[in-house]
Parts: sequence; structure tokens; C-alpha cells
Amino acid sequence: MSPGILGKKIGMTQVFRPDGQVVPVTLVKAGPCVVVQRKTPVTDGYDAIQLGLVEFAKTKNVTKPRQGHFQKAGVDGVRFVRELRLDNGAGDLKTGDRVLVDEFKPNDIVDVIGVSKGRGFTGLVKRHHFKGGPATHGSMFHRAPGSIGASSFPSRVFPGMKMAGHSGVQKVTIRNLEVVEVDAEDNVLMVKGAIPGPNGGYVVVRRAKR
Amino acid sequence: MIQAALQKVLSKYQRAQKHPDFHIGDTIRVHVKIKEGDKERLQAFEGTVISRNNTGLGETITVRKASFGHGVERIFPVNAPVVDHIDLIRTGRVRRAKLYYLRNLKGKAARLRERE
Repeated sequence: MSPGILGKKIGMTQVFRPDGQVVPVTLVKAGPCVVVQRKTPVTDGYDAIQLGLVEFAKTKNVTKPRQGHFQKAGVDGVRFVRELRLDNGAGDLKTGDRVLVDEFKPNDIVDVIGVSKGRGFTGLVKRHHFKGGPATHGSMFHRAPGSIGASSFPSRVFPGMKMAGHSGVQKVTIRNLEVVEVDAEDNVLMVKGAIPGPNGGYVVVRRAKR
Repeated sequence: MIQAALQKVLSKYQRAQKHPDFHIGDTIRVHVKIKEGDKERLQAFEGTVISRNNTGLGETITVRKASFGHGVERIFPVNAPVVDHIDLIRTGRVRRAKLYYLRNLKGKAARLRERE
């Protein structure tokens, strides 16, 4: 049993449960994946599998070292590679093994790891959820940060002060999402709720840690 | 290709019986399942379709009718299981996608011509 699978976010929609309840879902094209490398305590000091998402990749865009690495697993079209830790002695996976979406079934609980959408340089209201000031009634304070510290003491701004800057493009983990449906034929996984990243972004779907 | 796969996956959630092909401006009757205690019955809501929002499984329609001189609007999720079925009563010829202007009209002025 694989600890997870790699995939690509397709998009969100909503479906109805038989009792009429509406469920917001995200569709993920998950797999087919291949075990590119098997790391063991003897050789690497820890137990893990390196998974690669099998999809079309131009040969000229794959570096020679990577080509050789993937050939050991018997695949050439791999663009997204991630490592997943295995619990002690839990792995019967070998290099070259396929990992398919049918490892999951409805009602499984998973964590989804992805890279969030980039927001560029943003102000404090968007980046740190500051409240901002009133828009009208003569207010001259709209979206500014306000005070960032005292005066002659300490005569400096403390490190870690929340300020404007680049936001997004961060690794984000959403924990404990329910698998609503698995379509093994089309390699599609339906997960309840939202997951990080844009449509077409790569994600790791992992069995829930807790 | 992904689109095709998507259609297939979601088709499972599509309703077995398709609704009749209705458009904005048409008069329809929506039959909604209503639970009373442990009994279930159908309630009809008849009116003009004044807007359609979203696509796919999340599609909704806004139906407007005049009830005892008051305008009443209800929004129905078209693909929800609570909507039992929809009858097409009468077509209507309109030139826009959202008929919000009907909210300002009543009586004779709020009528729509039938489509050929």
C-alpha cells in the first residue's frame, strides 16, 4: 500500500449525495505514478519511496541525469517527482512499481499538499488579514499598517513584524479531507473541499497523518 | 482529454431523467419534493425563468411569479435531487439573458410574447 499518490488539480465543482446534501468537491487527476526510487534505512538512512507522476514529457527537456534515474524505473515521461516517507517496515513497494488511484476508496481521509497561488506583492489587509480603516466619513486611514512600534525605545522595528510583501507560492498542506469518489478508469480522485494551487497545479495526495 | 474524463466522472451525478429544454423567459412548473414528518409530497412552483446561473452540476435558475399581487422569486438548483421534475408550460420571446427588468413591472406590462 502506497502512503500517497501524486496528481494534478483539475478544478472544483459540487455534487449531490443520495440524501440530497450538496458537497463541494475538487477533482484531481491522480496517477498513474511509478516508484522511481526506493530508499531504505540501509542505503539512505530512512525508509521512503520516490514517486513520479507519469505524463508526457519532452525528452529534450529531461536532463540526462534524470533520464538515467527514471530509466531504472522503466519510465521516461515523468515531470513531477516527490518523496513520501514510509512507516517502519510498512513498504512492500519496489522501484518500478505502479501506484494507481484505486489505492484509495471513498470515505478515506487524506492530506493534500500543494503550492498556493501567487499573489505578488500584497498589502497587509490581504496578506495578514488586518482589518483596515473606514472607507468614508473623513477617515484618512484606509489600508495602511498603522503603528509598527514605539519611539526612542527601542529605536528599531522588531523582527517578525507583519508587513506588506510577497505572498502566496508557499507549500500548503490541507489536512483530513474526505475522498468522495474514485474513478480508477480515468485516474480521477474526488476530494471534499478546496485544495491549494491553481487548476493544473501539481499536488501530493497523502494518507492522513492524524 | 481531461474534459472528456471529467464529463464521464460527473455524469454519474447527473440526474437520470433530463429536464425539458427550457430557456430564459419560458414559463415552467417546478415540482419540489417536500418532507412532512416521514411523508414526502410534491409542491409545484409555476413562474417565469428570469435567470440561469452557473453551469454543470451547480446550475441554478431563478423563477419568478406573481402571487396575490406580490412578486415571488425562488432559486432552484436544477440538478438537486429535491427538484423532482420540471414541466414546460409556455415559451417566451425575450432578448436578454437576465430578465431582472420584470421586477419593476406588474400585471399586463409583465407579460411576455410567445416564441415561434
